[in-house]
Amino acid sequence: MTAVITPTSGAKYAKIMAVGSYRPERIVTNAEICERIDSTDEWIRERSGIIERRYAAPDESVVDMGADAAALALSRSGVPPGEIGMILAANVTHPYPTPAAAAEIAYRIGAVNAGALDIAAACAGFCYGIGIANDLVCGGSAKYVIVIGVEKLSDWTNHADRSSAFIFADGAGAVVIGPSDYPAIGPTIWGADGAQKDAITMTESLIDYRNNGGEIFPTLIMQGQQVFRWAVSEMPKVAGRALAAAGVELADLDAFIPHQANMRITDAIAKALKLPAHLPIARDIAYTGNTSAASIPLAMDRMLTAGEIPHGGTALLVGFGAGLVFAAQVVILP
Amino acid sequence: MSQQILEGLAAIVNEVAGVPVADVQLDKSFIDDLDIDSLSMVEVVIAAEDKWGVKIPDSEVKNLKTVGDAVTFISANS
Repeated sequence: MTAVITPTSGAKYAKIMAVGSYRPERIVTNAEICERIDSTDEWIRERSGIIERRYAAPDESVVDMGADAAALALSRSGVPPGEIGMILAANVTHPYPTPAAAAEIAYRIGAVNAGALDIAAACAGFCYGIGIANDLVCGGSAKYVIVIGVEKLSDWTNHADRSSAFIFADGAGAVVIGPSDYPAIGPTIWGADGAQKDAITMTESLIDYRNNGGEIFPTLIMQGQQVFRWAVSEMPKVAGRALAAAGVELADLDAFIPHQANMRITDAIAKALKLPAHLPIARDIAYTGNTSAASIPLAMDRMLTAGEIPHGGTALLVGFGAGLVFAAQVVILP
Repeated sequence: MSQQILEGLAAIVNEVAGVPVADVQLDKSFIDDLDIDSLSMVEVVIAAEDKWGVKIPDSEVKNLKTVGDAVTFISANS
């Protein structure tokens, strides 16, 4: 017989309750980067806006950093660890295809009743996580969700490649998402363009490397101009759709927090969107580098902690990266 | 036609990179004379595509060394 199944039912709205982040201790200057590539501090600053970045210690893992950021966000939220229903760990640098980083992070922070999975949406992963977490809370599959963006890109960087060695870095950020009395996460606008899969990819697969050998372990490789063109021409449209879907005007924004890919991309998107001159724009890349999935929560935490943007303010988030994939939404800041 | 494209391109280059409009002449090299780097060049290309409805593929961008090269390409393809 066809049984009558009790459906899930969730909160009417969801919100970001708290944010936390983790920055590795070691600061890597442009001068240090230039010990291995033919470049200069001035060139790197002009091309990327990066002044310095952070690298994790050799024995510091994606799980370590992700758990630190998640634990901080959890303590700031006041939610007991046992009430977390899902851990989403957005990353592409956990060095095991299985098990996922999220399961061990859940264990480390005491989220003993949570499901756990990784999100492999590269630099858009955090915004994908926000969209999924909102739907989990509103759909009733979880009361509270932790979304983590964490990367150890230094493990997957060719430190002798002058076009990319200065860009990538390490770090983690996390948010706790739970029920809300008012709408605080706008509709997520997301998509993918697999025709451009080679725009940001690995030099080869780990299997090919094992079977064929090779001098250099597989690392990230990026077609910089292609990615720049895609981001600058498409992301303003995506951002505009996220604003329209949320019913929010540019004048209502208190912060623009795009993925910290490159300061030049941020500037070009901001210009194309015609953002108000006074609007705070995330520029965390200057001291953090490009940390892929971690960049948006890292920037959000820095700006809130510094008092640059208000708690309860309205922020536009835009993530974009390898896939190519993108996701954007308007959120109320914790 | 070419003069109109030159003027439009000069306005774009000025907007993207702050280069004075009068400096944007047909014989000028984007990189060597106008100090336009590869990322700014992409911004110029995107703006030119929007303005004239042309498609300038990445493979073509590297052939557009001078302002004159760009004017010729745009007038031939728009």
